Amino acid sequence: MNLKAAARLGGRIGHFSIDGVRLPFREGQTIMAAAMEAGVYIPHLCYNPEFTPHGSCRLCVVRSNGRHLAACTTPAAEGLEVESHTDELQEQRRELLQMLFVEGNHVCPACEKSGACQLQAVAYYCGMLAPELTYFYPQRTVDASHPDIAIDYNRCILCELCVRASREADGKNVFSIADRGIHAHLQINSSTGKLRDSDLEVTDKAAHVCPTGAILPRNLGYNIPIGKRPYDQKPISLAGDVADHEESS
Amino acid sequence: MLELLAEKLHIPRTQVISVVEFYTFLHTRPQGEYEILISDSITDQMLGKQQLMDYLAGKLQVEVGTTRKDGLVSLDNTSCTGMCDQGPAGLVNGQVLTSLDTGKVDVLVDLMTRRVPVTEWPADFFQVRDNIHRSGLLLNDSIGKGEALQSAFARGLDETLQELENAGLRGRGGAGFKTAMKWRFAKQEQEPERYVVCNADEGEPGTFKDRVLLNSYAHEMFEGMTLCAAIIGAGKGFLYLRGEYQYLYEQLQQVLQQRRQSGLLGANIGGQDFNFDIEIHLGAGAYICGEESALIESLEGRRGIPRNRSPYPVSQGYLGKPTVVNNVETFVAAAKIAVHGGDWFAARGTSQSRGSKILSISGDCRQPGIYEYDFGVSIAEILGDCGADDVFGVQIGGPSGTFIGNAELERRLAFEDLATGGSFIIFDNSRNVLDIVQNFTDFFAHESCGFCTPCRVGTALLKKQFDKIRQGHGSAGDLVELEKLSRLIKNTSHCGLGQTAVNPILTTLERYPELYQSQLKDISFEPGFDLDGSLETARKLARRNDPAAHLAQGGE
Repeated sequence: MNLKAAARLGGRIGHFSIDGVRLPFREGQTIMAAAMEAGVYIPHLCYNPEFTPHGSCRLCVVRSNGRHLAACTTPAAEGLEVESHTDELQEQRRELLQMLFVEGNHVCPACEKSGACQLQAVAYYCGMLAPELTYFYPQRTVDASHPDIAIDYNRCILCELCVRASREADGKNVFSIADRGIHAHLQINSSTGKLRDSDLEVTDKAAHVCPTGAILPRNLGYNIPIGKRPYDQKPISLAGDVADHEESS
Repeated sequence: MLELLAEKLHIPRTQVISVVEFYTFLHTRPQGEYEILISDSITDQMLGKQQLMDYLAGKLQVEVGTTRKDGLVSLDNTSCTGMCDQGPAGLVNGQVLTSLDTGKVDVLVDLMTRRVPVTEWPADFFQVRDNIHRSGLLLNDSIGKGEALQSAFARGLDETLQELENAGLRGRGGAGFKTAMKWRFAKQEQEPERYVVCNADEGEPGTFKDRVLLNSYAHEMFEGMTLCAAIIGAGKGFLYLRGEYQYLYEQLQQVLQQRRQSGLLGANIGGQDFNFDIEIHLGAGAYICGEESALIESLEGRRGIPRNRSPYPVSQGYLGKPTVVNNVETFVAAAKIAVHGGDWFAARGTSQSRGSKILSISGDCRQPGIYEYDFGVSIAEILGDCGADDVFGVQIGGPSGTFIGNAELERRLAFEDLATGGSFIIFDNSRNVLDIVQNFTDFFAHESCGFCTPCRVGTALLKKQFDKIRQGHGSAGDLVELEKLSRLIKNTSHCGLGQTAVNPILTTLERYPELYQSQLKDISFEPGFDLDGSLETARKLARRNDPAAHLAQGGE
């Protein structure tokens, strides 16, 4: 059964708990969806309630009955006891975040998304100070061919939100992932592989869901000055996902 | 070419690229007229693969991983080709090369230089032996064509499913899910369109028993698939054959043709209201496609990325329809159980692991090959039979399984002790554990699908971290980090590949901590790069090489 559809339909109400706090859920809802609705924050990057859950960033991995489960793809169940904000899981999240930081080239001080970047905000929230893992320093490019949207591949974390948004919301299929393992990369569906020649438009959902500074609408970069951005004001656990703030940034 | 494929298949150009870049045997750039891939399994390495590769590369004057300038030949490594009992092995234009040695390489190079088509090469290059050394319950038994179906129809399909349940048959790919339960789940689904898939993507390094079953027991396998189709109500089946076994493709097609001619496939099979046929789908070099949902993605023409579950394939599999995916050996066993009944099978093995298991034995023993045992057999007994002396340890179930040392040889082969899909690699005391772990760690990094963070980045980091320790640049902290990284990958990965990719490190770290510690430097921290070496360019520019232009590393 499609969890999202079931959740929308309503259904029977049950209860489960996260870190000892009792929460309601509708039958078919995932742990993540139920938590979000109840205002309980579970760190995540590839999850966005508007699209099919992906389960790839693994930041939302929680523990239940001794098992590690992705909160965004695991249905909530009656009486389920979930641990999320424990030292062990936060440590795990810090290491996963470090992996994302060393895999690409993320230079926060020079990034126009700083302060409105979900990767940065989740890292702050989880207490990641600096990557201690070996950097990959991959050679990646910037695609500034499109008049309204730019892509900096250095900042892509392969969450596939743009892939899903383009397919599910825009009906376009502009983005996809190629290759495998550490070589996996985002690609553009156009004759040249350039954004200019794709049918992406700045009004498309896919242009506004990137949790990092990889896909950016152009000419808006500093409309909101640094210091006044969503995560400059509040931690992500209170401010919510960056996609919700997109219009204001 | 990409555009042409996209146009003909009515798919986006990027989907073609996605797939081509994902699978090892597909390329975006032309390869040589002769494309040679040498199997890089630990078993091939133990048989002298590296020296052979160096010799071959030297003779051909081509660097490994490249195509020669004149376009005659490409040379590269590939993951285990399933010829561990007759390595070093390789592939030339998709055809298997076995038992390679320098003599054969000389001939091979000569044939290529004279541009002799591969179809005209001497047959002994391509000879693959079954090497069955010990037959048990399944390999000794022979059933007639159609016998399992006749028995099932005579007994009743529900009753036959009950026999399968009584047999206690569990999946032979290694995970051990109860076969009857899987079939029952699929049967109970509301959706009328259903599928049967045989997983012949035997990619676990050290496993080759399916190769032998596909070669010599294909009728039984197809019969098992047809039986499953009759029971669950499927109209179509797929044999997902790993690309490395392309040499079996034609002969398997012939078996299917014979079965169609005998009325065992097609319309009204066995005079019943039952229509079913089987298509063979070739893989293209991706270990992850052995995972059932990745296999289904691959069948549907995409990158082999394991799906989220639930839903499981039994309810939403191929094209979103109920699909049973079983291993080759499972289907062979099911066909025989349909003929002989559940008790015949359940009488053998242990209470939780009924029946027998076919093993692929390779590595340091006198008689590598296929051995079938009742479950519950001790490792020591197996080692005695295949002629392994001076044993240091055994890798059970392949790199994703368990490494056991020679103090554990009384342990037993069974789901409740040492579970295995069939890979059984023996190492004697001349072997270095760290060489083995390095090979396995490289393998998983190479085969990670790249979907989830811990496996995509983690396996690549693990490889770096392990290499750092191996090369003598590790300190105590690096070993802690290695273990921490391993636990993280195990706990948070999306599928079994990531969850088991760290087993080689964790199982050997637990058993031989002193081996790892002996690689370490006696300092508190050592950076992951050569500090002094990285100053070389600066020294050249400054034309200096005096002691003050050098940095001591890590406080030595």
